[in-house]
Amino acid sequence: MNFDELFGHLGQHTVDGLAKGSIYALVALGYTLVYGVLKLINFAHSEVFMVGTFAVLGTWSMLGATDNPGFGLMLVFLVAGLVGGALASGATAVAVERIAYKRLREMNAPPLIFLITAIGLSLVLSEAFGLWQGRLIVGMPTILPQEVLFTIGNTGVTNTQLLTVVAALVMMFALDQFINRTRYGRGVRAVAQNPDTAALMGVNKDRVIMLIFLLGGLLAGAAALLYAIRYGNTRFNVGFLLGLKAFTAAVLGGIGNLRGALLGGLLLGVVEVYAATLTSSNWEDVAAFVVLVVVLLFRPTGLLGESLGRARA
Amino acid sequence: MTEVTRNNPLDRIRDLTGGVGSRFRALPKWQRYAAFLAFVVFLYYLPLLGIPGLVWLRTDSIDGGNNWAGVLFTCAIYVLIAIGLNVVIGLAGLLDLGYVGFFAVGAYSVALFGSRQSPVVAALQNRFNLSEDWAVTWAVCIPIALAIAMISGVLLGWPTLRLRGDYLAIVTLGFGEIIRIVVRNSPSWSGGPSGVAAIPGPQGAPSPDNTVFGLIDVKPWYWLALTVVLLVVFGVRRLENSRVGRAWLAVREDEDAAAVMGVYPFKFKLWAFAIGAALGGLSGFLFASRGGFIEPEQFNAQLSILFVAMVVVGGSGNMAGVALGAFLLAYLPERFRDFNEWRFLVFGLALVLVMLLRPQGLIPSRRRARELKDRQEEVAPGV
Amino acid sequence: MGLAAALFAAAGCQDSGGGGTDNSNASDCGGKIAIFGAFTGPNAGLVIPSLNAAKLAVKQHNAANADCQVTMQEFDTTGEPQQATPIANQVAQDQSFTSVIGGHFSGESKATMPIYEAAGLVMVAPSATATELTAGGNKSFHRVVGNDATQGTAAVGYIKNVFKAQKVFVIDDGTPYGLGIIDEVKKGLGATVVGSDKVQKDQTNFDATISKMKSAKPDVIAYGGYTNEAAPLLKQARAGGVTAKFLGFDGLYDPAFPKGAGEAANGAIVTCPCLPAAEAGGTFSADFQKEYGNAPGSYGAEGYDAATVLLEGYKAGKKTRADLLAWVDAYDKQGVSKYLKFDETGDVDKSKVVVWSYQIKGTEFEPQQEIKLS
Repeated sequence: MNFDELFGHLGQHTVDGLAKGSIYALVALGYTLVYGVLKLINFAHSEVFMVGTFAVLGTWSMLGATDNPGFGLMLVFLVAGLVGGALASGATAVAVERIAYKRLREMNAPPLIFLITAIGLSLVLSEAFGLWQGRLIVGMPTILPQEVLFTIGNTGVTNTQLLTVVAALVMMFALDQFINRTRYGRGVRAVAQNPDTAALMGVNKDRVIMLIFLLGGLLAGAAALLYAIRYGNTRFNVGFLLGLKAFTAAVLGGIGNLRGALLGGLLLGVVEVYAATLTSSNWEDVAAFVVLVVVLLFRPTGLLGESLGRARA
Repeated sequence: MTEVTRNNPLDRIRDLTGGVGSRFRALPKWQRYAAFLAFVVFLYYLPLLGIPGLVWLRTDSIDGGNNWAGVLFTCAIYVLIAIGLNVVIGLAGLLDLGYVGFFAVGAYSVALFGSRQSPVVAALQNRFNLSEDWAVTWAVCIPIALAIAMISGVLLGWPTLRLRGDYLAIVTLGFGEIIRIVVRNSPSWSGGPSGVAAIPGPQGAPSPDNTVFGLIDVKPWYWLALTVVLLVVFGVRRLENSRVGRAWLAVREDEDAAAVMGVYPFKFKLWAFAIGAALGGLSGFLFASRGGFIEPEQFNAQLSILFVAMVVVGGSGNMAGVALGAFLLAYLPERFRDFNEWRFLVFGLALVLVMLLRPQGLIPSRRRARELKDRQEEVAPGV
Repeated sequence: MGLAAALFAAAGCQDSGGGGTDNSNASDCGGKIAIFGAFTGPNAGLVIPSLNAAKLAVKQHNAANADCQVTMQEFDTTGEPQQATPIANQVAQDQSFTSVIGGHFSGESKATMPIYEAAGLVMVAPSATATELTAGGNKSFHRVVGNDATQGTAAVGYIKNVFKAQKVFVIDDGTPYGLGIIDEVKKGLGATVVGSDKVQKDQTNFDATISKMKSAKPDVIAYGGYTNEAAPLLKQARAGGVTAKFLGFDGLYDPAFPKGAGEAANGAIVTCPCLPAAEAGGTFSADFQKEYGNAPGSYGAEGYDAATVLLEGYKAGKKTRADLLAWVDAYDKQGVSKYLKFDETGDVDKSKVVVWSYQIKGTEFEPQQEIKLS
């Protein structure tokens, strides 16, 4: 146990963890939105994220992106990457809903059936990319070179870390406002609370469900862009582990609860980095799952509880 | 809505196959036993399969090779797993995504106690001044593996079974991963990433001199596994129709109602977990003995998910169904090895199609199918 | 039972099509070789050169010896032990196979060694380097390549003498290969190792590892593992401002590594107990270039050697498994990669093993120097 290292650079490890956790949080929002409304684990969401990373890469290579572009070009690439990633992920998420889940919902199938269908879909998506793009790691151009922006004590915060955390917070806030303040958001909350009553009140349930899949997909696309900027690589199976972690984060915070997803994601990122620092990186998954089990033992519905529907009801 | 689905050709096939099932059940008892007996005999004959027309079922990818028995062995192991997991998912209604953990526990029990190359055996030799050839005998490893698997099932179940369905799923998934990672990261007692070799079989450590349960011919191993499967099928069937089985059913359908009627849900859920774990451990035990070598990466989360898929595709709750599911999911990827790169894509597509067209599974449990139909009719208007 | 066996035999013929010719072949010179390894999957780039070189050797042999035809059948394991085991079972039972080239990785070799031993089949491995493979007394396993201990020693020498490093940070990927080689490096460097981390399979972000590296401030990073993790790790470390020199091992001697890591891989050093193409004896390198249009990469020369050892056996009239095993045990001749003579454990003579360092320039591996093993 390397306590010297952890406490000697506690600030640095915390910042690293928060940046890592922000990406978990954005992907976790997708799980939480769907779960909050449909009470269903959308296992295929991890592949929605994977498709996003490849779309970002595709957009960049189409525009001829290279390492270290100038500031103007960088902005162009960032915006284009965001648009490309979000569109691809959003479209994938909606397609998953239309092709598979819709029919199952019509049959009122039990959750297990949804789960297996989602697993099948994830396999299809990741294998399709594995066949198309090869099974090796694919490097991406470094659009935004890392620089230390400012230093507090011995903690340096880099531009990409700041961007990741701020972007996650902003999107989280925007989503929260959308769900809680707009007409569409009210529809989402209504369906989450009681689908049948919502239908009787004139809420188009089908459209609400499409909307949440779309939102989850867009956020996964944004996460894919941040991931591409920070880590600069992707692979056909990149979604599996990240999706698992994001789902863990969602459960940790209280699945169905938007703020819980953010809290869970950040917490999980920090726990992982601390654990990897104390021991070595190959223990971080164990730490993540142990924290999950311990939290669930004391708070069986996650840290903040399940509450998409009940928020400001 | 019901009108529409009735005209669906798939539903007509479904009715037809359902008809076969009820017609079979209508036969006199002795005929049913005879049919079952014939089927068992056929299963034992299967590795020698040479009936013209059925030969294309074999999976030997090269001329003189015999991969068929090896594939059948894998199928038998998976069937055993599916039956064990069916106790947890199908009978008790608990979604366990970490079943591979118990499989790994069983496999590592025989590896760590039975193999002369394992760190645990080496430590025991040192501690008790035993000879270098000493290791726990294979037969003694069976109760050890069962006990350790069962204990780990209880240890996992005790804190987690109070959680609701989806939480249980992710916690068990985490448990499976924890087992794999801890084993991989702890070379001092588990052999670490290089795994453990020289795992014994019924005839002791693997060696060219083993005449029956040898390294090359897999047929005897298949027959052994098949025998175990049949014994377990018999045992689980008895269990299903016992007081415990009825308690599981009650807990699955309505936990609160069951509790009111004096069936303590937690106790029976824990039983289901422990029995499921023991069966998972048993299959891991057989798998490791046959392979002679295991390494932690074999026991990954994808395998866990495959196990759940076997149960659900086959027909959760029905033993014949889950056995068929396990057989198909183990067999088809091997049979179509030529499509190597495409196998998993097709596998994924097949999963989706089966779930969309036949959500109750290939051979559904009658009770489960009725539940599903009830749900279907409950669908709210306007959906 | 007899009836069943007869049915099975009949089925065997029906099923195999042209399989009946094997038996007639057995009477005169020649035979069948099985070669197994990761011909697809993420690490295929490491293994394909060896496979191609072995194919080339067989092709040359068959062209030169019309009366002694040898066929070689490929078995793809994707590098996974659980895929390699059923293949080993099949090859062992198909009596027409009289020798085996493989495994290419240590895990698959370890899993299948007992099976091939039980079948009396000789194994000649071009690139399975784990030290423990030859420690278990397996009679069938031979390798035409040095082991990880040798490579680890060489790397230690390189770090001490060429890099003249004071502080070394070591990382392994938790595979038997990565762990084994990093253990050797740690042993050799002693107190010079100022920090370490272990990454895991399919990991894609390395924040914690990079933090650790930053606080340890090493001159050199030594990485034991494969491209899939090393490429993103190196890229992220460089982006995060880690400037230490990077040293990898033969697992990274793969064109995919510089491709995946991009600019970050420039200047990285990779050691490999394999010869640069230009140094390989005979016309091998030129022949390979002509046949496949590219230079033989990692373990090309070794794959060629492994095939040649067996092919010469067939040419000398050996055609049973036992004869070929004895032939390989007694082999004593110059190969294209090194002088080939196996000791009783199946390792090549330690003094004949050569380890080279290669530097990455762009996407090419440029041979740098032979590392003296002292």
